Amino acid sequence: MTFLRESSIVFRRQIRMNLRNPAWVLIGIMQPVLYLLLFGPLLKPLVGSFDTGTANAYTFLVPGLLVQLGMFGAFFAGFALIGEWREGVIEAERVTPANRSALLVGRLMRDVLQLLVQALILVGLGLAMGLRGSAVGIGLGILITLLIGGACAAASNALALTTKSEDVMAPVINIVMMPVLLLSGILLPMTLGPAWLERASDLMPFRYVVDAVRDGFAGDVASSAVLWGLVWSVALAALGGWWGTATFRRENS
Amino acid sequence: MIQARGLVQTFHTGRGKTAKEVRAVDGVDLDVHEGEVVGFLGPNGAGKTTTLRMLTTLLRPTAGSATVAGYDVVTESVQVRRSIGYVSQVGSTFSGAFAGDEVVDHGMLYGMSRADAVRRGQELFARLQLDGLWRRMPKNMSGGQKRRLDVAMGLIHDPRLVFLDEPTTGLDPQARANLWEHIRGLRTRLGATVFLTTHYLDEADALADRIVIIDQGRIVASDTADNLKAQVAGDLVDLEVADPGQVAVAAARLGALAHGAGGVETDHRHVRARVQRAGRVVPALLRDLDGAGVALDSIEVLRPTLDDVFLSLTGRSLRDADATDPGAVPTQPEEVLA
Repeated sequence: MTFLRESSIVFRRQIRMNLRNPAWVLIGIMQPVLYLLLFGPLLKPLVGSFDTGTANAYTFLVPGLLVQLGMFGAFFAGFALIGEWREGVIEAERVTPANRSALLVGRLMRDVLQLLVQALILVGLGLAMGLRGSAVGIGLGILITLLIGGACAAASNALALTTKSEDVMAPVINIVMMPVLLLSGILLPMTLGPAWLERASDLMPFRYVVDAVRDGFAGDVASSAVLWGLVWSVALAALGGWWGTATFRRENS
Repeated sequence: MIQARGLVQTFHTGRGKTAKEVRAVDGVDLDVHEGEVVGFLGPNGAGKTTTLRMLTTLLRPTAGSATVAGYDVVTESVQVRRSIGYVSQVGSTFSGAFAGDEVVDHGMLYGMSRADAVRRGQELFARLQLDGLWRRMPKNMSGGQKRRLDVAMGLIHDPRLVFLDEPTTGLDPQARANLWEHIRGLRTRLGATVFLTTHYLDEADALADRIVIIDQGRIVASDTADNLKAQVAGDLVDLEVADPGQVAVAAARLGALAHGAGGVETDHRHVRARVQRAGRVVPALLRDLDGAGVALDSIEVLRPTLDDVFLSLTGRSLRDADATDPGAVPTQPEEVLA
């Protein structure tokens, strides 16, 4: 009870600051929207040859962009935390009797809510451009996106509180994100590539997440890909949550 | 209120062969009683903030133990946090949030209801001369206003014990004097015990009942400012002899009263020496000199400063030890005419 109360105090504080500066929510979604507008049309003539269960370019592309939004958007959550840490906010909160995990959870609630708004904008825009899919599948896809986003936001907050420097965070995120982006089949299906590349992508957990969201959008909600994607996203969320909590609970940070 | 025994904090720096263990705090014992205002004085890097972070549960001691407000800092950290207010030197509010919102949220994290936090916050704003700044962002506040907002954050839950870390660093003299008034008010109006760190001598002198001096991670002295000055340095008596031929006579008479190894120092017509409790011995000295026919042009008695205390305890001047901080304000010796 106390934990929920403390988390929601932190959450409300964060949301208040976000609403005061809504530009960031929009800047965060600019990238996937541009992909949708400028890259989607290029896929139209190609998507039929992809063998991914849909001939609709947007039904293929939007799931990938959702996962990308979940990962990239959330990974930048930690930058705000460094700003707060530098101004002494984190230390001031840590000297209150509030549960230290609540300080993280309140912030994750903000990140997930922000992601939900962005996901709805992206899906809505996709629908307007010709995306067709099952409602249940789309709901499931958004849920998976939120799990992944929560995991990445927790990891980002943990990394921020460990490094305490934007100059270290930015290159680390870039180094991690490039292979994730290229090996997850976000923009093009990995089945197009040579066998070695597909094997390499088998080692990338996010690939299963993208496959799951894509199957869900295509209406195949009971497929084994959806199951594996759910398993991976729950596992990643648990891992991110564990890392984040451990960092926030540590005495000296 | 605070009892610490053998507090140690070690940090590790470097890697491999250059790895080194730094003992930032090296066995600190502290006792602070209810209602006391204690100044924790030392140069930058002496271990002040590290000690404070251990006492406020932000840092787990490497060794040793401490109870704060009756609770153990390691095993009962939540109760400690409930009982103390902490005003850190880096601030406590987000520059782009409304001041009032920050204070209310902070109070609610202490378990206060929103209504209580608002009422208490507005009281504090009025008392700390922050009226009308409830919906102002810290980035649009002056340095002094921001510090007072930090104090309000630290007091929102009515703590019995308040820790202030370098409360006036970076403030202009007027804002400092103003903040000092508010710090004095913590005890006189709220009955709080106050533990403040500072590397400003005048600040410790002006605010604290008792001064604890830390240097290189160890406590080197703990007493009232007056006692510290009296014990360690004595008052400086400076005689200006009218006739250069009588300097030797004056030096002998003053030297008989001088204490410590410093002895008597002569400089043209000036004769100087440190004596214990000058107010008690100077009248006799004057009669003595008069009787010996020594005429004086002037006499000056300088109370020792805390810098003299620090110098005699550590062999270094606090200002030299603190050379990294250009903002340090040198203190003026208190002058007492005898």
